[in-house]
Amino acid sequence: MDELLREYLPILIFLGVAAGLGLVLILAAVIVAVRNPDAEKISAYECGFNAFDDARMKFDIRFYLVSILFIIFDLEVAFLFPWAASFQHVGIVGFWSMMVFLGVLTIGFAYEWKKGALEWE
Amino acid sequence: MGFFETNLGIFVTILAQCLAVIGFLLVCAMFLVYGDRKIWGAVQLRRGPNVVGPWGLFQLIADFLKYLVKEVVIPAGADKTVFLLAPMIAFVLPVVIWAVIPFNETWIVSDLNIAILYIFAIGSLEVYGVIMGGWASNSKYPFLGSLRSAAQMISYEVSIGFIIVGIIISTGSLSLVDIVKAQDGNYGALSWYWLPHFPMVFLFFISALAETNRPPFDLPEAESELVAGYQVEYSSTPFLLFMIGEYLAIWLMCALTSLFFFGGWLSPIPGLPDGPLWLIGKMAFFFFMFAMVKAITPRYRYDQLMRLGWKVFLPMSLAWVVIVAFFAQFGAFGGAYARWAVGG
Amino acid sequence: MGITLLAFYLFAIVAVCSGLFVVLARNPVHSVLWLILAFFSAVGMFILVGAEFIAMLLAIVYVGAVAVLFLFVVMMLDVDFVELKGGMAKYLPFGLAIGAVLLIELGLVFGHWNVADNAEALRQSVTPDIADKHNTIALGSVIYTDYIYLFQASGLILLVAMIGAIVLTLRHRTDVKRQNIQTQMHRDPAKTMEIKNVKPGQGL
Repeated sequence: MDELLREYLPILIFLGVAAGLGLVLILAAVIVAVRNPDAEKISAYECGFNAFDDARMKFDIRFYLVSILFIIFDLEVAFLFPWAASFQHVGIVGFWSMMVFLGVLTIGFAYEWKKGALEWE
Repeated sequence: MGFFETNLGIFVTILAQCLAVIGFLLVCAMFLVYGDRKIWGAVQLRRGPNVVGPWGLFQLIADFLKYLVKEVVIPAGADKTVFLLAPMIAFVLPVVIWAVIPFNETWIVSDLNIAILYIFAIGSLEVYGVIMGGWASNSKYPFLGSLRSAAQMISYEVSIGFIIVGIIISTGSLSLVDIVKAQDGNYGALSWYWLPHFPMVFLFFISALAETNRPPFDLPEAESELVAGYQVEYSSTPFLLFMIGEYLAIWLMCALTSLFFFGGWLSPIPGLPDGPLWLIGKMAFFFFMFAMVKAITPRYRYDQLMRLGWKVFLPMSLAWVVIVAFFAQFGAFGGAYARWAVGG
Repeated sequence: MGITLLAFYLFAIVAVCSGLFVVLARNPVHSVLWLILAFFSAVGMFILVGAEFIAMLLAIVYVGAVAVLFLFVVMMLDVDFVELKGGMAKYLPFGLAIGAVLLIELGLVFGHWNVADNAEALRQSVTPDIADKHNTIALGSVIYTDYIYLFQASGLILLVAMIGAIVLTLRHRTDVKRQNIQTQMHRDPAKTMEIKNVKPGQGL
């Protein structure tokens, strides 16, 4: 167990060092650089116009659909990882069981395609 | 018990390794930006940076100092905390991934046995720097840019996942060191995975372009429509952090391409010694490809980009997983493929 | 063991606090960001108990995919905070009552919790030691064969999710031009172009 944690310790330290470095860089600019904001400077960039309204607007539901489809395929990949890693051990049953799984999801994929869910308009 | 076996000793060793890797990365990032601009300039018959230092080599040091003394402008309507957190995330995540990248069989900060999953996990978080940056700015261009960028990054991640699965089938291990070792054969460059996984090399490279928002897939920062995408409102070091993060992510993709398909630190000619220099050479070559692609290709349109990701890359990479699995399971070509690619 | 314990408490405290902030944050986007932090602490805790595959999966699926979806949804909503707060005052007693009932139930369950005699042995046998078998491979060697029905069922659930998402959200817009790559590729000049010889000064 300690062996395992020993492998993750460097990552924690890496995280700390990187975050520290980023923080130092931001703070350095805050300390070193002049700060002289005025109303025009800190207004949102809008190609020379004054901002029409708040930028938090509604957007296309398609982004939502893309991210749902992404979750599903991500899960599929997640199921594939241990299968691929233990490919030599799972034998013929494991092999066909994964093929059936992929087949089912391919049906879903074909449905998406036919329905035009993959089209961006 | 020597000093290096005590807890403090281990800690100091790891810290030194981390600093060495991060130092190396920052120097790399500096020369990558320089190289990018030089190559881009050369293609367009310009000189590129050539004033600061010999051949303009110190351009990036000058740039760095300039970023440092620029004002940090925070837009009035912005969400201050998230606004400053976003560049931190965009910088920290690509750096942290480097903890598991091996430069040599033993030159590795942390040899995780699930290194690929770790890379995939942290890589899938990179989208947050972009979304948070765009949202926190409370401005239209960044917001639209970040949405597009997020959808683009997640779309191509799926195909990258499938491509990696194909390689794992060949290796039977999730450790990067094992993947490179599995490519060590008698025929030098011909034993590497680029040959048995030939079509996937291109798919991986192109997906890497899309994943890192590089041209021809730099939709989020399409200058002509969105000015600079999610980075519009950023200035000074927060912008610098975004930029370093972007280049480190590209450098990482170069490293992954070399490790997965081109034998990592192995020498291409049998007989020559292996070493980290080979890896860095290969990475530099792929970075050159990244820069050339940037210089010579026009930008994709957004619907074409999504079509390519979902309707071309996804089915192709999925089919490849199935094909590799069949070859490996049933020993196609009299088991030749299995012996070659699966090492069985 | 000092560092492990320290790390555990660190992750646990961060998880609980960020969970609290998910509920307390006024801005829903902040809530999601806190939720991500909570997921992260869970990742840390999974690693501490040696379940590295589950930890990475949590990061990939929950942080990398589900939370992105949440962010999209939350950013898509046009939330009126004043109205939301008015509603909160109305539903507060009701919510508190449900919370109290749940808490009492949990207390009852916990009070009567009996650990089976062979529980320790059962838990030992489930996972092979991390040193001789990595847990990705250990999982891989049982999911697809021993638990084949559950595995296939999860495939079907994913299929249902896929179809459900499309049925619920897909609306075809009619006012946009679409690109049909096939027809575009198969156009040939003979059919789409006509050359007319226009005499000067006459027009068509």
